[in-house]
Amino acid sequence: MKILVCISNVPDTTTRIKLSGDKKSVETNGVQWIINPWDELALTRAMELSEQNAGSIQAISVVSVGDASVEPTLRKALAVGANEAIRVNLVPADSYSVAVQLAEVVKQENPDLVLLGIESSDFNSSGVGAMLAELLGFASVSSVSSLELSSSGLTIKREVEGGTEQLECPLPAILSVQKGIALEPRIPAMRGIMMARSKPLKVVEPVAVEPLSEWIELELPEAKSACKMIPEDNAKELIRLLHEEAKVI
Amino acid sequence: MSVLVYIENRDGQFKKNQLELMSYAKKISEATNQELVTLSIGNVKEEEWARLSAHGATRVLNGENLPNQIDNEVFAQALFAAIELVQPKYLILSDNNTGKALAPRVSVKYRAGIVSGILGLPISYEPFVGKKRAYSGKAFAHVKVNSDLKVLTLSPNSFEIKESSGNVQLEAFEPALPTPKTKVVQADKQMGKLLLSEADIVVSGGRGMKSADNWGPLEELAEVMGAATACSRPVSDEGWRPHHEHVGQTGKIIGPTLYIALGISGAIQHLAGVSSSKVIVAINKDPEAPIFTAADYGIVGDVQKLIPQLIDAYKELKQ
Ligand SMILES: Cc1cc2nc3c(=O)[nH]c(=O)nc-3n(C[C@H](O)[C@H](O)[C@H](O)COP(=O)(O)OP(=O)(O)OC[C@H]3O[C@@H](n4cnc5c(N)ncnc54)[C@H](O)[C@@H]3O)c2cc1C
Ligand SMILES: Nc1ncnc2c1ncn2[C@@H]1O[C@H](COP(=O)(O)O)[C@@H](O)[C@H]1O
Repeated sequence: MKILVCISNVPDTTTRIKLSGDKKSVETNGVQWIINPWDELALTRAMELSEQNAGSIQAISVVSVGDASVEPTLRKALAVGANEAIRVNLVPADSYSVAVQLAEVVKQENPDLVLLGIESSDFNSSGVGAMLAELLGFASVSSVSSLELSSSGLTIKREVEGGTEQLECPLPAILSVQKGIALEPRIPAMRGIMMARSKPLKVVEPVAVEPLSEWIELELPEAKSACKMIPEDNAKELIRLLHEEAKVI
Repeated sequence: MSVLVYIENRDGQFKKNQLELMSYAKKISEATNQELVTLSIGNVKEEEWARLSAHGATRVLNGENLPNQIDNEVFAQALFAAIELVQPKYLILSDNNTGKALAPRVSVKYRAGIVSGILGLPISYEPFVGKKRAYSGKAFAHVKVNSDLKVLTLSPNSFEIKESSGNVQLEAFEPALPTPKTKVVQADKQMGKLLLSEADIVVSGGRGMKSADNWGPLEELAEVMGAATACSRPVSDEGWRPHHEHVGQTGKIIGPTLYIALGISGAIQHLAGVSSSKVIVAINKDPEAPIFTAADYGIVGDVQKLIPQLIDAYKELKQ
C-alpha cells in the first residue's frame, strides 16, 4: 500500500499577519514556514499506521504545490519520515488550481490512500480534499477524526453535524483529516534530518488550469478597544454590564 | 435562473443556523431578482415547514425519502440533480461539515467558484466579491468569483435571522442515486445537545481550571445561561474535555455573540478561533494575560471562586 500526504506550506501559527503595500498579499519577511498543522497530523498518522502494520505500507510520499520556497517544508516532512517528496512547480491561486495539480500527481503515482488536512491555515478554504475526490471519483470521507486499516480497506470515524459516525471505506480513498487523527505531531530527530538530505525530492511541471476565484484584497481585523476591567469580587457588575451595556444576555 | 439553498435538518428539525441561512438566501434572491428554491433532504417534521415559510421559503424541493446522512459522493449527486432542475446562479450552503464536503464537489462539476465561509452579504454582486476569513481569522480576504454559478458557504452567526412571509409549496424530489462506496456501521448522536458551532453563548475553560474534576461549576454556568461549552487545546489534549470542544486555530473556529474565557491565557492560536466573537469576557488571575488584550470585559481573579458567583448573579438577573 502507498500513502500520499498533501502538504500546504503555511506561516507558523504564531505569525502576526502584516499586509503588503498593495494589500494583495502578506509580508513574508521574517515569517517562519511550517507544514500546515492538520497535514502534519495526517503525516504523523501515516507514520503510525506504517509502524503498527509492519510491511503493509510500502511508501509514504508527500506532495506540495508551490514554488521552490516550499522545499524546506517538504524536507521537514522527509525528516519526519516520509520516503519521498514531490513538488508541483506552481504558485496556486485557489483550491481548485491545487486540486487539479494533485489529481495529476495521483494519476502518476497511483497511491492507495491520499490524506489531506481539513483546511489550510492560510486559505481556510476546506476545498482541496473534496475537489480532488470529485475529480478522481475515489471513495472519500471528510472531517475524519480516527483512521485504522482493516481487512477490506479502512475503518474511519468522522464528525457530522451533531455527532460522529463510524464508517467502512474501500481503497483507493481520499480523506480530509482533522483534530483527533493523531495526538502530537512528530518532531524530526537529528538522524531524520540527516537522512532527509538524501531522500528524493522530485519537481514536476504543472498542467494548465484556470483558477475559479481570485483574492483581490486582504484586510486586517479592526483593533479592539480597551478591555473594561471589573473589580474582582463583583461578578454581579459583570452580569449587569453584559445585560445593560453589551446587551448580549 | 434561481438561488438554490440547501437547508439541513437535524432529527427532523431546522436549527437556528439553518434559519439564518434561509434568511440569507432570501436576501440574495431579492437582491438579484431571482426565484428562491429550497432543497431539503430527509424526513422533516410537519410543523417545521411553517417555520421555514416564516423565513422566506416558497418553492421547496422535498427529498423526504432520501437518507439524511449520506456518503458525500452520493449526496453530491442529489445536489447535482437539483442544480440541473432549477439552473441556479447561486448555490448556498452552511459552512459546516456538510457544506464543506459538498460545495467543492459542485465547484469541480460545474467549474463554479466558491466563497467558503462567506461573512454576511457580498461586498458587490457585479462582479461578485465576498468577504471570508483568511490566515485563520488573523485577516479577511475579498474573494472575486467570475463563474456563472457561484457557490457560497455561509459562516455561522454571520447573518441575522429575519422573518419574512413565504408560502411553502412542497415539490417531491426523488433523484435516482448511486450506491455509496462507503458504509456507515455506527452513528453516535449528541441528541438534543446544543452544538458549539450553533451556540449564541459559549463558556470555555483553559488550563487555569486546573483539573477535569473542576468542570462541574463551568457546566452549570453554561446550563443556566443556555450556552455551549468549549475548551483550549491543552485541555482537550490532556483528556479533561472531548476533542470536539477544542476551539482555536487547530480546533473549531467559532463566532458566538458572547464568549466567556475562564482560565485561558489567550495564546495567538487560541484567539484565532474565537476572535470573531461579538463580545469576549475573560477571567484570569494574571492581570498580564494576553487574553485581556482581546477581551471586552475582564476580571482579574480566581475562576474557582468566580464561577459560582456568576451563576448566582445570572440567576438573580433572570428572576
Ligand atoms: C501549532 C499550534 C496550534 C495550536 N492550536 C491551538 C488551538 O487551536 N487552540 C488553543 O487553545 N491552543 C492552541 N495551541 C496552544 C497555544 O499555544 C496555548 O498553549 C494554549 O492555548 C494555552 O492554553 P490555556 O490558555 O488553557 O493554558 P495556559 O496558557 O497554561 O493558561 C492558563 C491560564 O490560566 C490562568 N489561571 C491559572 N489558574 C487560575 C485560576 N485559579 N483562576 C483564573 N485563572 C487562572 C493563568 O494565569 C493562565 O493565564 C496551539 C499551539 C501550536 C504550537
Ligand atoms: N499548495 C498545496 N499543495 C499541496 N496540498 C495542499 C495545498 N494547499 C492545500 N493543500 C491540501 O488541501 C488541504 C485543504 O486546504 P484548503 O482547501 O486550502 O483549505 C490542506 O490541508 C492540504 O492537505
